[in-house]
Amino acid sequence: MLVLSEVVVRYGSTRAVDRVDLTLEAGECLALVGPSGCGKSSLLRAVAGLEPLAGGTVMLDGRRIDSVAPDQRPIGLMFQDHALFEHRDVAGNVAFGLRMQRWEAARQRQRVAELLELVGLAGYGSRAIATLSGGEAQRVALARTLAPGPRVVLLDEPLGSLDRSLRERLIDELPEVLAATRTAAIHVTHDQDEAFALGDRIGVMVDGRLLQVGPPAEVWARPVSLEVADVLGHRNVVKVDGRPEVWRSDAATFTVATDDAAVGQAGADRWVTVERVVFRGVAAEVWVRTDEGQQLRFLLRQEPPTVGDRVGLVIDPERIIRL
Amino acid sequence: MTRRSATVVLVGVPLVFFALFFAFPVLRVLWRGLGQDQAEALRDVVSSSRLRSVGWFTFWQALASTVLTLGVGLPAAAVVSRLSSRRQRLVRAVVTVPFVLPTVVVAGAFREVLTVTGLDDGPVTLRHSVWVVLAAHVFFNYAVVVRTVGSFWAGLDDRVEDAARVLGARRWQAFREVTLPRLRPAIAAASAIVFLFSFTSFGVVLVLGGPRRSTLETEIYRYAVTRADLPTAAALASVQLLAVLAMVIVANRLERRRPVHSRPAQRAARSGSLLWPVGNAIVALVLLGGPISVLVERSLAEGRGYGFGNYVALAERISQLPAPALTAVGNSLTVAVVAAAVAGLVGLCASLVVVHGRRGVSHLFDLGLTLPLGTSAVTVGFGILIALDRPPVDWRTTWWIVPVAHALIGVPFVVRSLVPVLRSINPAMREAAAVLGAPPSRVWREIDLPIGARGLMVGVGFAFAVSLGEFGATAFLPRQPDQITAPVALFRLLTSPGDLLRGQAMALSVVLMGLAAFAVLLLELGSSNRRGTF
Repeated sequence: MLVLSEVVVRYGSTRAVDRVDLTLEAGECLALVGPSGCGKSSLLRAVAGLEPLAGGTVMLDGRRIDSVAPDQRPIGLMFQDHALFEHRDVAGNVAFGLRMQRWEAARQRQRVAELLELVGLAGYGSRAIATLSGGEAQRVALARTLAPGPRVVLLDEPLGSLDRSLRERLIDELPEVLAATRTAAIHVTHDQDEAFALGDRIGVMVDGRLLQVGPPAEVWARPVSLEVADVLGHRNVVKVDGRPEVWRSDAATFTVATDDAAVGQAGADRWVTVERVVFRGVAAEVWVRTDEGQQLRFLLRQEPPTVGDRVGLVIDPERIIRL
Repeated sequence: MTRRSATVVLVGVPLVFFALFFAFPVLRVLWRGLGQDQAEALRDVVSSSRLRSVGWFTFWQALASTVLTLGVGLPAAAVVSRLSSRRQRLVRAVVTVPFVLPTVVVAGAFREVLTVTGLDDGPVTLRHSVWVVLAAHVFFNYAVVVRTVGSFWAGLDDRVEDAARVLGARRWQAFREVTLPRLRPAIAAASAIVFLFSFTSFGVVLVLGGPRRSTLETEIYRYAVTRADLPTAAALASVQLLAVLAMVIVANRLERRRPVHSRPAQRAARSGSLLWPVGNAIVALVLLGGPISVLVERSLAEGRGYGFGNYVALAERISQLPAPALTAVGNSLTVAVVAAAVAGLVGLCASLVVVHGRRGVSHLFDLGLTLPLGTSAVTVGFGILIALDRPPVDWRTTWWIVPVAHALIGVPFVVRSLVPVLRSINPAMREAAAVLGAPPSRVWREIDLPIGARGLMVGVGFAFAVSLGEFGATAFLPRQPDQITAPVALFRLLTSPGDLLRGQAMALSVVLMGLAAFAVLLLELGSSNRRGTF
C-alpha cells in the first residue's frame, strides 16, 4: 500500500535518510527502531510531506505522492511531544482535521465523541490542553491524528515522554485502537521492547540507512550485522578467528561453581570470573570476564553468584549467531 | 552588605530617581493642567475644534502608522524567524539601526528623499503630507515589529504548524488557524509599542508635518515654547498623559500574557522558495536603506561634485548656531555617556527588583518603568521645566539635568533588555551554585552577573543611542548656549533656509547616525541575547 523506494532526505550536506526502501501493507504496524539521531523522525516527516525528498519516491496505493503537499496526503503524523494546539480545547484539537475537510458540524461532533470514547477520554471535549496529564495529552494527540481517517498513521516516539507504567498500559491499548480503526501505522521508537511489542514487523535504522526489516522474532534471531544486533540489545559480541559472533544475552545457562565438585560439572565449556551483579527484579544481570579477557553480560533467573566467584559457563551452540 | 540594605538600595535608587525626575514633574504638569485654577484652560482645550482635530489626527496617524508598520514588518518577521540564529542576530542588529537614529536626522533624511525624487515640489507633491510622516514612522518602528515578533516566532515550536498541515490545513490555513493565534501576544505587544511611539512622535511630525500637521506632542511644544502659553500647554499635556497612561496599561497587560517559550530542539533547514526572503530584503533595503543613502549622498555633495567640505564646515562657527556643530557633537557625546551610565545603574537596580522582587513590588516596577517609555519626551521636558524651578530643587539649569532627563527615557530600554535575560536564567543554575557552596552574593556574581551583563550592555547601548538623538525633552530645557546638543543644533540647521546650511545639516546627520549605529551594532552583535523586546 505504502511503498518507499530509494528515499533520501538531506539537511545541508548530511544525509539524514539514506536510500531507504520500505513497504507497508494495509492494516499492518511496522515498528522502526534505532538510536536517536538515526534519521527515523526525518523519514516520517518526509513521508508526511514535511521534508522535501532529495531523492527516491513515495507511492501510496499505486500513486506517487512525494510531490503532494502535506495537507493533501491521506497520512497522519503523531508528534513526539504531541504538538497539541494549546489555544483550542480538546474537542477543538480532535476536530481540526475534520474542519479542514469541511465536515458538517454535527458529523464533526459525532466523530470527535467517537474518537474520545475510543481513546478513553469520553467527556473531555471542553477541557483545556494545559490541564491534561501526560497520558491524556498523548491520547488526545492520538485521537486528533486518527479523526480524519488517514490511510496511514506515522507515530514519532509517541510514548517517549511518558512514565514507565503508563507507557506499558498504552503499549497494550495502542494496537487495539489502531485495529479498531483499521489503520496502517509506522511506529518509531528507540526502545526495542516497545518495537517488539507493537510491530507486526520491525525495521532497524542506523545512520539514515534501513539495515533490516522483518518479523520481530526473525530479526532478533538473525540480525544481519553487528549494528543491528547492537540496536536490538544483543550485548555479547565475541570475535572468533576475526569473525564476530553474537551470544544472545538470555541464551546462556550458567553453572555456579561453588566448590571443586562443580568444576568438573558436565557441559561447562569454559570458566569465567564474575565482575558485577545487578539486581533486576525477576532476574539478575551478571557481568563476567573470560580468561581471554572477553567481557560478557547475562540475565540469570536463578540464585546469582557473588562478585569474584569462578563460575562455569554453558552456552547452547544453537543460540549463537555467527555474523 | 546585608540582604536588607541591598533591598533598600535596589528598590530605593530607581524609586527616588523616578519620583524626583519623572513622577514629580509629570504630576506638576497634571496639576497645572487639571488643577482648579486651570479648569478653564482645560475646558477651552477640550472644546476647541482645532485641538479636537489635532487630537483626532494624532490618533489616526498613530493607528495608520501601526497598521502600515505591521503590514511591512510581519512578512519580514516571518523571514527572520526562519533564519539561523547567527543570521537572525545580524538582521536584528541591522534593522535596529533606524530605530535608534535621532528623529531629527530621520526627518531630515525623508525631506531630502522628497527633494531628490522630485516629490517635494512637482505635479505630485508630498511635502508636509501625512504620507511622509507615516513613511518615517514605518522606517523607525520596522525594527520593533521585526525584533519583537521575529524572535517570538523563532521560539515557537514548528511542529504545531506541521501538525495542522498533516491534518489537512493548507499553508495559509495553518498560518491563520495555528500560527497567528499563537503569535497574537507578540503582535499585540509590538502594535501597542508602535502605536505609543507614533502617538507621541515629535521630531518627525515637527519637521515633516509642516505648520499644518500637528499632533498633541507638537502642539504642546508650540504652546509652551513658541507662544509661551503654559496653561494651555499643561492642559494639552494632561490630556495626552491620560491617553498614554491608558495605552501603557493596556500594552502592559498584553505583554504580560506572553508565555515563555523554549526553542524547539530541532528546526529543519527548509529549502522554501527565495521569493519571500528576497522580496522582504528589497522592501527593507528601499525603506531603510533609501533615506540613509540619500542622506549620505547629500552630505558629500558639493556644488557639482563630491567632497568632504560639509564635514569640514562642521568645525566652523556660524551665525545660526551658538557654537560650532562639532562642539555640539562633543556635548552630545558627553551627555550620552553620562545618561547611559545613569540609565544603566538605575535600570540594573530596577531590573533586579522586577525579576526577584515580591510580586506586588515587581508588578508595580514593571508598569512604572513602561510609563516613561510611553510618556512623551516633550511632557517630561516640560514637566522638568515647570517643576524643578525653585529651591531646593532648582535644577533645571544645572549641567546634569539634561543627561538625567535622557537617562529617564533610557531606563525602560535597559530594563526591557535586561529583564528577559535575567528571567531566562534557569533557577536550577542558581540552586546548583548554592549547593556547590556559593553564598547568595557569590551566586549573583557567578550566575546572574555574567549572563545578565550582555543584556545590560545592549540596554546601555540603547540608552546611549537614545540620548544621542534625544530632541523632545532637550528642546525644553534651557542651556548655556555653548552646551547645545547635536540634535538641537541639527534642528536649527534644518529649519534655517540656505543650501550651504543644508549640506552641513546632512553632514551632521551622518555623524550622529554613525555614532548611534556604531553603539548599537557593537553591542547587538557582541551579545548573545535573542530575547530582548526591542
